Amino acid sequence: MVENTIHATQAIVTLDVPIQGIVWGSIITVNMWAKSIGTGVVFLAAYLLYRHKKESMPNLRWIMPVIAFIALNVFLLFTLIDLHQPYRMIHIFTHPHWTSSITVGAWLASLFLGLVTVLLLIGVADAFPTLGGKNCKLSALARNNSAVYEKIMPFLVFLAIPVTTYTAIIMAQSSARELWQAPTEVMQMLWAAFMAGSAALILVSGSWSKEARKDLAFVLTIAVFFSFAMYMSEYFFSFKSSEAEATLAFVHAGGAYNVEFWTGMTLGFIIPFFLGLSTIKSDNITLLRLAAILALVGLFLVKDVWLKIPQMLPLS
Amino acid sequence: MKLGFLVDLSLCMGCKGCEIACKVENEVPLSSWRLRVKYIDLGVFPETKRSFTPLRCNHCESAPCERICPVSALHYLENGIVNIDSSRCIGCAGCMMACPYGAIYMDPETNTADKCTYCAHRIESGMMPACVVVCPVEANIFGDIEDDNSHISRYIMEHKGAVQVRKPEKHTSPTHFYVGGGNQTLNPLAHQRLEGFSLFNDITHLEHVGDKHHSILDRFLAPFAGHAKLNNDNFTAMQENVETHSKEGGH
Ligand code: SF4
Ligand code: SF4
Ligand code: SF4
Repeated sequence: MVENTIHATQAIVTLDVPIQGIVWGSIITVNMWAKSIGTGVVFLAAYLLYRHKKESMPNLRWIMPVIAFIALNVFLLFTLIDLHQPYRMIHIFTHPHWTSSITVGAWLASLFLGLVTVLLLIGVADAFPTLGGKNCKLSALARNNSAVYEKIMPFLVFLAIPVTTYTAIIMAQSSARELWQAPTEVMQMLWAAFMAGSAALILVSGSWSKEARKDLAFVLTIAVFFSFAMYMSEYFFSFKSSEAEATLAFVHAGGAYNVEFWTGMTLGFIIPFFLGLSTIKSDNITLLRLAAILALVGLFLVKDVWLKIPQMLPLS
Repeated sequence: MKLGFLVDLSLCMGCKGCEIACKVENEVPLSSWRLRVKYIDLGVFPETKRSFTPLRCNHCESAPCERICPVSALHYLENGIVNIDSSRCIGCAGCMMACPYGAIYMDPETNTADKCTYCAHRIESGMMPACVVVCPVEANIFGDIEDDNSHISRYIMEHKGAVQVRKPEKHTSPTHFYVGGGNQTLNPLAHQRLEGFSLFNDITHLEHVGDKHHSILDRFLAPFAGHAKLNNDNFTAMQENVETHSKEGGH
């Protein structure tokens, strides 16, 4: 790690304890990555339903909540397994501390998952009329309340905004890590949700109309472009805090995580940008799917690096 | 009443008495520290000097660890101490990410966060913190910083301009002060941590957070399995892995 030493003083640590190292590791990366998918598909579904007829995306009504449900459960599972006392997770609900964005986020995410589950039940029950047989009360209840789906959807979209961005506030509250600043992290979380949401829906959009897929390609291209621009400006021009500068100088100098960062940038941002751009015109499903998979892989790698690097710095 | 600490670094001789007293008083497990004395060598031979800096929690008046704790396990006491209730802690490590001074550790025996409490249990019974009592040169000064007549307040008044806190730019308002320090000793970015220069050779990063022998699955099984299987040889095990540290350490 780079230090701001003055040559004349040659200050060198000769006896100390080891630095803590990575406290939040790849488990938290999976947590953020899965949450981006879970909230991103909701944003994208709302946008597509606003722009296109339902018939041009025949499976969207049920597959969106299915993807969101799976992704959010992965997110919650990884949140839980990262706790050193997992059974005490319940304390967040029994002893909430509202200044903590971990608390606020856990409550909002739980509510969000509850609403997504309702959409999932209705969406699947409507799409598969024979599911559960004639006597299944749950599917009957879901089918009888089919209209609830459209009523819940606007709330879900609004709720998806704080659910996707609260992790940025946790990072901002992590005042030991100067690299993470609230304004940039909030925007990065939103772009990540657009990236991951469009990528996930691209993978299931085989039967959709060209226009709907074109919209997905457009959102993916725009999201990777703006997210890339933000990462680059942070990566090269974080001069305003000596800690962020020292963190990045270490990665610039080829230290650990340099390769992972640039692999992530190339796979997840640069290549998908050009693939996305070309498919907006040509509607090449294979290339678009490739862009989507690469974007999901690259996003994971870059999030992983961004999470870990500020933790390499000695704090005292 | 607001309790505060002041360390006069010009008095400290690096005997580590406070470090040991803290370990014993608070039963701090191996591989964890509430208080440590850091040695920093300054200058170029033959003009060299060794400085000693005791580092503990600052009991910040605006504590980021308290703010981020989702269950109020970290909380303020009326006397200003930032205390921790380990039975409430869920082990999310948010506080470890928030404390700008790296003052919190995940106790490898309980798998909960812990840190210096200004010996709140001793204060309650009218005693001084263990590290204060043991210091042979009275470099650790503890008392009420809101009482103008307390030893610490008078010491602060006497040294006025020379009183420093760590990382004032973090707006944490520490109640822990230093006299006789400088940028080279108080700013962790102003000195190098080089392999081979430390008496703890090759150890730059701790490999684990919490119990090294406690996998994720064990955390779920712990209430049923009991703690019989837990051992406390983290430090020994760490020595065996020094190669990994130096590769992953980034120094
Ligand atoms: S020094 Fe760290 S642990 Fe102590 S009160 Fe301040 S933020 Fe919390
Ligand atoms: S690890 Fe424990 S004390 Fe620290 S923030 Fe989480 S719940 Fe609070
Ligand atoms: S006040 Fe108590 S807990 Fe804090 S460093 Fe001193 S002995 Fe340790």
